[in-house]
Amino acid sequence: MTANGWFQILLFLLLVFLVTKPLGIFMARVFSKERTFLDPVLRPIERLLYRVTGVDEEHEMPWTEYAIAMLLFSVVSMLLLYLMQRVQGLLPFNPQKFAAVTPAHVAFNTAASFTTNTNWQAYAGEATMSYFTQMAGLAYHNFISAAVGIALAIAFIRGIARRQMKTIGNFWVDLVRCCLWVLLPFCIVGALFLVSQGVVQNLRPYDTAKLLEPQHIQQAGADGKPVVNTVADQTIAQGPVASQEIIKEFGTNGGGFFNANSAHPFENPTPLTNLFEMFCIFAISAGLTYTLGRMTGSQRHGWAVWAAMAILFVVGVTAAYWAEARGNPLLAGVNQHASTLQAGGNMEGKDVRFGIANSALWATVTTDTSCGAVNSAHDSFTPLGGLVPLANMMLSETVFGGVGSGMYGVLIYVVLAVFIAGLMVGRTPEYLGKKIEAYDVKMAMLVTLVFPLVILGFSSVSVVKDFGTSSIANPGPHGLSEILYAYTEGAGNNGSAFGGLTVNTLWYDTTIGITMLVGRFLMIIPMLAIAGSLAQKKYVPPSLGTFPVTTPLFSVLLIGVILIVGALTFFPALSLGPILEHLLMLAGKTF
Amino acid sequence: MKKNLLTAIWMTIATTILLGIVYPLTVTVIAQMFFHDKANGQLIEQDGQVIGSRIIGQPFTSAGYFHSRPSAAGTGYDAANSSPSNLGPTNQKLIDRVKNDVAALQAENPGVPVPIDLVTSSGSGLDPDISPAAAYFQAPRIVRQRHMSDEQVRQLIAAHTEQRQLGILGEPRVNVLELNLALDRAAGK
Repeated sequence: MTANGWFQILLFLLLVFLVTKPLGIFMARVFSKERTFLDPVLRPIERLLYRVTGVDEEHEMPWTEYAIAMLLFSVVSMLLLYLMQRVQGLLPFNPQKFAAVTPAHVAFNTAASFTTNTNWQAYAGEATMSYFTQMAGLAYHNFISAAVGIALAIAFIRGIARRQMKTIGNFWVDLVRCCLWVLLPFCIVGALFLVSQGVVQNLRPYDTAKLLEPQHIQQAGADGKPVVNTVADQTIAQGPVASQEIIKEFGTNGGGFFNANSAHPFENPTPLTNLFEMFCIFAISAGLTYTLGRMTGSQRHGWAVWAAMAILFVVGVTAAYWAEARGNPLLAGVNQHASTLQAGGNMEGKDVRFGIANSALWATVTTDTSCGAVNSAHDSFTPLGGLVPLANMMLSETVFGGVGSGMYGVLIYVVLAVFIAGLMVGRTPEYLGKKIEAYDVKMAMLVTLVFPLVILGFSSVSVVKDFGTSSIANPGPHGLSEILYAYTEGAGNNGSAFGGLTVNTLWYDTTIGITMLVGRFLMIIPMLAIAGSLAQKKYVPPSLGTFPVTTPLFSVLLIGVILIVGALTFFPALSLGPILEHLLMLAGKTF
Repeated sequence: MKKNLLTAIWMTIATTILLGIVYPLTVTVIAQMFFHDKANGQLIEQDGQVIGSRIIGQPFTSAGYFHSRPSAAGTGYDAANSSPSNLGPTNQKLIDRVKNDVAALQAENPGVPVPIDLVTSSGSGLDPDISPAAAYFQAPRIVRQRHMSDEQVRQLIAAHTEQRQLGILGEPRVNVLELNLALDRAAGK
């Protein structure tokens, strides 16, 4: 670990801290329909959209209607994405003449993946998807799945803030205002900034470059005998990357234009784009903590949640940076020490311009949230370095978390935290003036139980059946880590990967597809039920016995609940995967 | 229910047009107007022929060139098939690959530990850079092959070492393609 590495990490956290308040205020204004400086341009577009789609913007929805509207929109847009992939050969903007995405289970998996904000990829972008599918299918879903998440978080916050009301807002209005005010303007500016640093943005066919030094590569020929092939050209994949890259990070989506995701120089060319992209991943989720405080009238509560998240973030990045900077003890004859001339450490799967600090930081950021974009190969991390992203996701991505989903995810833990605090002092728990009762806690428990059920259920089938284990790339305990990682990212809607696992099989495409849908929608429905229940309750003024949710004590309790629920559920699985691999690595064992 | 279903269908169509077509095409037009070179991948041309992108790595194997890092993209630096190796830290395949590469490199530079980035593959398989340490490690070989002075080669590396961006961000690095092009130019003089 170096001083400069730590400085870069703290600089990143400082930027996130600085954006929290202004962005939080802006979002509170947008969703409360207060005036903003963008209104003169955007209000006419908004009204036009409502006219075309038949939305009455004054209509208010109870939580059930809000949920149905959200589900209908998700189903329709998911079907469109599936169809688009299956007929992309007939559609424009396809200079590489890519045919339809086959087999059907890959197209299903991709449609489920992008609709649920997971952006897990069972395909390689530059070898599969036309520019049209990338823009109108995948990047489009980056926008709307993010907007759906943010809309849901706002609905939940309204549930807390409102008193004796049956409604929690209008889904269509929240969706449209999020796309137009929060996402689109920032993305236009951000995309152009990325282009100015070298992220490509074009519609041209792939370029062919004459290699400076043609390569002679020995390969197995058709008859099995070695044949020497000469590679004289390099095909350089192109595309409308920047416009997708920016929403991929800002909406915590994470699905790369290219297979290598944000490690690819055309997605993330410089250390500055790297910092900017990481900042985009955290920005909205950090801002939402301030929005929470503002809309519920308890600004200090928002900051208490922020502080709990920031502490968990620092713990994660410290562990990952420490583990990766130590390098791999199994490699002999190499220099892994950091110096002024090299970053050192475990460089397998990492790019030189990012080195160790920025790779460990990115891995933490992308799994604290539900982003899942990667700038290095998590599968090649040291066992403990790879444990950090896995554990982050197992904490339900509540450390800032996905846009919106992080907010409603952490609020479930907040409900549990005040419930446990209430049990300890023997009083009915209250949260910001609302009594937390049996119904609310049951729903919160449903959310926390569905998550491990799909992860551990599918993982255990995969490790005992051939169709599961035959996909493993790295044998030994690392193979278990690969499978655990795949279902954890699916349930957490993350989309990053221990990429060695071969996942475009019928078993993995289907079960991970189901995991993603369960991880998204079976979480949302109980969460909206709590929102609806809270909105109907009477306000109870705080008394001496009320557990305050604005203090450091509350932050500590919240961290405690998140860690304990996560550890009780997943520690046994983790000890058989990364922890065992770490111990065996120290003993010099390879597989 | 029916009204919301109709809204869902129309909303999908309308927002697809706005966010899926109008937005990316607008960004493309502006990017092509103001950042033409960057938006098209910073292609390098020589005698009217594209010979690569400034920010996409290329494979080099002959002794007279600085070598890039190992690559898992296709058959190596295939810029239409970006990929990391995805080999885990305890995988024997990784240990063996590194061992072979280390043996080959130490043959030309006996007794010196090999800078780690020179024997590990990158996250993209297209890393355009090596660390300055990895460049200086290869300097003796270049000196022998190109009949240049040690001083000349070291100066060339120093001139092509890119420091941290804004003095803070990322890590120091050397762009291999540009360094090798400069090497060819120096030889042509």
